[in-house]
Amino acid sequence: MRITQHPILTFERGKEVNFTFNGAPMKGYEGETIAAALHAAGVKVLGKSSELHRPRGFYCAIGNCASCQMIVDGEPNVRTCITLIKEGMKVETQEGKGVIK
Amino acid sequence: MREVELLVIGSGPAGLCAAISAATSGAKVLVLERSFKPGGQLIKQTHMFFGSESQYASHRGVDIADILLEKVDEFGDRIELMLNATAVGFYEDNVVTVLKDEKEYFKIKARSVVCATGAYEKSLAFPNNDLPGIYGAGAVQTLMNVYGVRPGNRVLMVGAGNIGVIVSYQLMQAGIEVVAVLDAAPRIGAYLVHASKLARMGVPILTSHTVKEAIGADCLEAAVVCEVDERFRPIPGTEKRYDVDVMCISVGLSPLNELLAMRGAVMKYVPQLSGSVPLRTNSLETSIPGVFVAGDASGIEEASSAMAEGYLAGLCAAASLGHVPPDLNDRKLEYMSQLDGLRSGPVGERIRAGMRNSKL
Ligand SMILES: Cc1cc2nc3c(=O)[nH]c(=O)nc-3n(C[C@H](O)[C@H](O)[C@H](O)COP(=O)(O)OP(=O)(O)OC[C@H]3O[C@@H](n4cnc5c(N)ncnc54)[C@H](O)[C@@H]3O)c2cc1C
Ligand code: FES
Repeated sequence: MRITQHPILTFERGKEVNFTFNGAPMKGYEGETIAAALHAAGVKVLGKSSELHRPRGFYCAIGNCASCQMIVDGEPNVRTCITLIKEGMKVETQEGKGVIK
Repeated sequence: MREVELLVIGSGPAGLCAAISAATSGAKVLVLERSFKPGGQLIKQTHMFFGSESQYASHRGVDIADILLEKVDEFGDRIELMLNATAVGFYEDNVVTVLKDEKEYFKIKARSVVCATGAYEKSLAFPNNDLPGIYGAGAVQTLMNVYGVRPGNRVLMVGAGNIGVIVSYQLMQAGIEVVAVLDAAPRIGAYLVHASKLARMGVPILTSHTVKEAIGADCLEAAVVCEVDERFRPIPGTEKRYDVDVMCISVGLSPLNELLAMRGAVMKYVPQLSGSVPLRTNSLETSIPGVFVAGDASGIEEASSAMAEGYLAGLCAAASLGHVPPDLNDRKLEYMSQLDGLRSGPVGERIRAGMRNSKL
């Protein structure tokens, strides 16, 4: 779900990068955030809330609300709306508060 | 612990202008920005700005960010811009704790601080308002204008203020259908030019309407809206259902300034400025000497006033550190009169009342 034609903006996408989402291979572009790359691939549910286990997507997209937290390369509570996607990243949905290993 | 002369928190128009202004006076500045991209809200704004020449009116927000960043570059030896760096705590003696790259954690001690952290988008209470697919309007603007990603296929916009109406127009520009814009108020809040553009494209703007509930299993699938009476109570029997996969919430912004409250600055709830704000002098100094505030963090206004406030706060912060330019008073008066101009007329009455209510 990427925008290809736009009257004002041109989107210069960076190099293609490969990453995994819950183990499944995915593609994104250098220079975009994890949340943007996932959304482009149709993934909207990024985690589950801690008490009622309700699905969570992003909300503010500027690092403010913590709604987009995921486990990235084993590290929980990463705000994926302000963290850039990198080659080989392991991205996983987070259930609740996350466990620091 | 690293020590700096002036620390600016936030790299939106207010923070960048504060840094440029202070560096012009000779101060050494460190700017912290939590995002990997500087510019704050400007980087997603593809529409022409209103305002006056000194605040780059008739430029697009994205282009204003570039102009300011070029100026920051010219001061390369005096301004350091640290990205992916969130200020998470603000303690006595102006010690600020920083989380860098979501990993490293360290302290910075500053002689003076300008807090230019901007604002956050308010949420709205209705059943299932937490479903993925329900996003802040600014978030959708970021996704679409910065990353070129479609938020979805059919959008319901909640809020007919400037942001709601502008983002609706930008969604249509990107080829995404906006089924309706609704607002609980009986009148459209946005400037007429923006609202009529949307009306010409056939998007209905429903005033005196609110969201009754969102429907969906894992993600948003539909929204039920209804009319409200003059006291904003839902009118039974007026429900309408829209099948949408995106709902944008654009019911206003609130100043983001918990750091100042944590530092102990005297705060006050000022409705005209859309939330809790620090009391401050005409020089934008808070109740804590050497700690300044600028931009949306001091009260919700616009990028134009954020820039003028940034220049003023940066100038005064540098002066408090001993960097006193010969034309200090002239420059101070110039920025203050720019602010008065931006807040003049009937539209500015609310802000003027807010300013009176937040004086130190
Ligand atoms: C759709 C839309 C349309 C608009 N149209 C106009 C217009 O036509 N004309 C106009 O004048 N204005 C307009 N505005 C308003 C304008 O964008 C804002 O008023 C302006 O950006 C405020 O500037 P600021 O520097 O105070 O805050 P921001 O631009 O929000 O910048 C704050 C920065 O601080 C950073 N930050 C926050 N907390 C921390 C922390 N703890 N540590 C590190 N960094 C942090 C943020 O990431 C951000 O980059 C519009 C806004 C929107 C959303
Ligand atoms: S969506 Fe709000 S912090 Fe990422």
